[in-house]
Amino acid sequence: MNTSNILKLSVNYRRRTDQLPEIALEMKDITKRFPLVVANDNVDFKVYKGEIHALVGENGAGKSTLMSILYGLYQADSGKIFVNGEKVNIANPNVAINLKIGMVHQHFMLVPPLTVTENIILGMEPKKNNIFIDMENATKRVEELSESMGFKIDPKAKIESISVGIQQRVEIIKVLYRGAEILVMDEPTAVLTPQEVEELFEILKSLKKQGKTIIFITHKLNEVKALSDRVTVMRRGKVVGVKDTKDTNQEEIASMMVGRKVIFDIEKKPHRPGKTTLKVEKLKALNNKGLPAVKDISFEIKEGEILGFAGVEGNGQTELVEVITGLRPASSGKIFLYDQDITNYSPRSIREDRIAHIPEDRRQRGIISNYTVAENLILGSHYRSPFNKGLALNFTAINNHANNLIKDFDIRPSDKDNFLKSLSGGNQQKVIVARELYGEPKLLIAAQPTRGLDVGSIEFVHQQILNERDKGKAILLISADLEEILSLSDRIAVIYEGEIVDILDPKKTDENEIGLLMTGSTTNKKLSKAR
Amino acid sequence: MKSIKKFDYYTLLEKITPLIAVVLALLVGAIVIILIGENPIDVYKLLFSHAIGNRDGWGNVLFRATPLIFTGLTVAFAFRCGLFNIGGEGQMYIGSFLATWVGFTFTNLPAFILIPLCILSAAAGGALWAAVPGILKAKTGVHEVIVTIMMNWIAASLTFFLVLKFKAPPTEEMIAAGVKQMIPHTSEIAEAARLPRLYTIFKFLNIDFPAYNQVNMSFLIAVGVAIFAYYILWKTNLGYEIRAVGYSPLAAEYGGISVAKNIVLAMVISGAFAGLVGTNEVMGYKYRWRPEIFTGLGFNGIAVALLGKNHPLGVVLAAILFGILNYGGAIVNIFTAGRIPRELIMILQAVIVIFVVISDEVVKRLIRQRRKIL
Repeated sequence: MNTSNILKLSVNYRRRTDQLPEIALEMKDITKRFPLVVANDNVDFKVYKGEIHALVGENGAGKSTLMSILYGLYQADSGKIFVNGEKVNIANPNVAINLKIGMVHQHFMLVPPLTVTENIILGMEPKKNNIFIDMENATKRVEELSESMGFKIDPKAKIESISVGIQQRVEIIKVLYRGAEILVMDEPTAVLTPQEVEELFEILKSLKKQGKTIIFITHKLNEVKALSDRVTVMRRGKVVGVKDTKDTNQEEIASMMVGRKVIFDIEKKPHRPGKTTLKVEKLKALNNKGLPAVKDISFEIKEGEILGFAGVEGNGQTELVEVITGLRPASSGKIFLYDQDITNYSPRSIREDRIAHIPEDRRQRGIISNYTVAENLILGSHYRSPFNKGLALNFTAINNHANNLIKDFDIRPSDKDNFLKSLSGGNQQKVIVARELYGEPKLLIAAQPTRGLDVGSIEFVHQQILNERDKGKAILLISADLEEILSLSDRIAVIYEGEIVDILDPKKTDENEIGLLMTGSTTNKKLSKAR
Repeated sequence: MKSIKKFDYYTLLEKITPLIAVVLALLVGAIVIILIGENPIDVYKLLFSHAIGNRDGWGNVLFRATPLIFTGLTVAFAFRCGLFNIGGEGQMYIGSFLATWVGFTFTNLPAFILIPLCILSAAAGGALWAAVPGILKAKTGVHEVIVTIMMNWIAASLTFFLVLKFKAPPTEEMIAAGVKQMIPHTSEIAEAARLPRLYTIFKFLNIDFPAYNQVNMSFLIAVGVAIFAYYILWKTNLGYEIRAVGYSPLAAEYGGISVAKNIVLAMVISGAFAGLVGTNEVMGYKYRWRPEIFTGLGFNGIAVALLGKNHPLGVVLAAILFGILNYGGAIVNIFTAGRIPRELIMILQAVIVIFVVISDEVVKRLIRQRRKIL
């Protein structure tokens, strides 16, 4: 079915453009097995010259494996790769670079104390008299490359002093400097603010105009729609569809990715706030370096209300949550749960006051990866009845508890004795959500609750959060994903450099306004540290 | 389902790495024996037949394994809380000295009081000595490795000073010969403080066992302590917290578990195990304190814990293996008239440890590689 689909599509494409689209890259019948999983199962992947091709799929669908094979990081067990019509054997990344294939990794490969130019020429330094690095020429070349894409960059700036968005541009220039014609972008927008995403798209479009071919890995479907010409969807190691972007829509792509229909429009009941659950007054706290991170923050959350905190990461959100949950001392200010002052209570007593916390750092804070599902599900209440009785833990109660929650929250695989590290990110998050919602919390703090999760899990977590709201719980939501903030929140607080810049009504605002507030643009502060 | 099978295969491999290491180490030992000019098969036959071929051999093996079970558990227990307690040596000195002091001081107490009292003081001394690095780590973050090493030196010097202070009076022969007591050891502990040998039990059960064999009740205490350690770690709330702190201090803190409290508790319990070495070496064997009966037992505990994968059952098995090698090595040395030196055993032990570390890493890497892209 796959091959016939592709054939049909390419026929369509020809008809429309009235000319044969040149094939820049073709991967045929690629199979890659790992002992536990078939990561790529007879995958056919074709990219035309000069197009922006989105490669989408849930975590573990095989996108990264496929691109790693293309870039020479893995060898396929079987299958062929053609670049510009020629069969090639990509044994390592150097071969890929020679074939003019470039990769911009999700985690940047830059040396922070070196300058932009130094990073770009690293490994391919132009030489003067065969000995010295020809910095002048290198700098000029970097400037030319950046101007050709319509932006300016300071070639002498140090990487550690520039924002994430600019660092990404450096990565792109680095790839172009090595002569790439095919660019692979691995989830490039994951780390960017909405404005930076816009700018990145402009850059990619201008690269397309220059005739470059771009493969864009993502699982954000609005980006597929906004940017790409064609889209290949993968699920469980197989290609499940190839579409012209304009002939499809988000719902169709999502259902292809997940294998079932996905509900996109979050149905929200009207906002009916009750009594004030959490009141924070003039809260101040320091970060790990001893510098002020939370500066005079005050807000309230009422029963049946979701207060969303929008902000670029590192603007005090982490510290704010830690102070409320007792993991970090407040240097001044007060926190009230209903009328009870809980400022600087221990994490245990705050848990006992029924404040639940889905932590932003799932791997470090939220789970113990060497503990089983059952053991993780009692973390925080392990010392209380019925899990702890007399001298010893009560394994009957612990196991029953685990089996019930595994069933209620559809945690997979469903064996309570699996170690958490063997679960997927989405299921790990389900374990956390199940544990935190058990015991009817009064306040739920959800920090980056859907980060790194796939479409199906995101839908699930959102539904759980909304259920809690509709049950009359107060919810503090923190997310770097503006779409999430906008669709879930009843009120939105924008945080910048440890202060609440503004509290907005989601119905009367949009991503642009929030995005500007997030970067401090309206607070007369310099954008110097967008991180 | 195919994938599940594969997974089990690797977990199994992970569990039996020490076994592979032992086999490889014996092969290396064989090479050394060949280089010496002996037949390795004959030597190993001699070693194992004497060590585990008869009851007397087994008794000697278990006697040598007993202190290593204690010190192995010391390292293993602390490790479960993410702590590297290499102060077993010092904790053992202090604990056993305290037990000795109680043993030769309260001589008029009956056995049913004095024996438990001595055992408790042995544990308490070790616990006290381990509490210092525990508290320093919990309160100030000073690394326990540094502090425990330093505490070892303090313990060694302190106990030596105390030995001279409580030096045994000269024996009648010495008085007759007009010489002073020159051996640095304490007076003997009271009869009522001495642990009976296992022979007494065997006699009661009508099992033939040599009366001179030194294996004593301390071995049963060691096995009991291993069971206790297992129970605490895996069956109680305390163990849940200790292991949580060991695996992920951040997650533990998030779950309302006091990291500082559990670090101190884990160190104290771990140190108590080390102190109990005194039950074997003093209460069951020499009946007095002298430095050379302890030397190295604390450090060998690190190797035992490593070989036993920090699991109480593994520690017991590893300690028995070390007991076999120690006793068998001595036998081989005697029977070959010194041609096979006892140092061969040290080589074997060291090679085992190196192979355990290597095979552990290799298997880990193998597993990581296979799991990498899921």
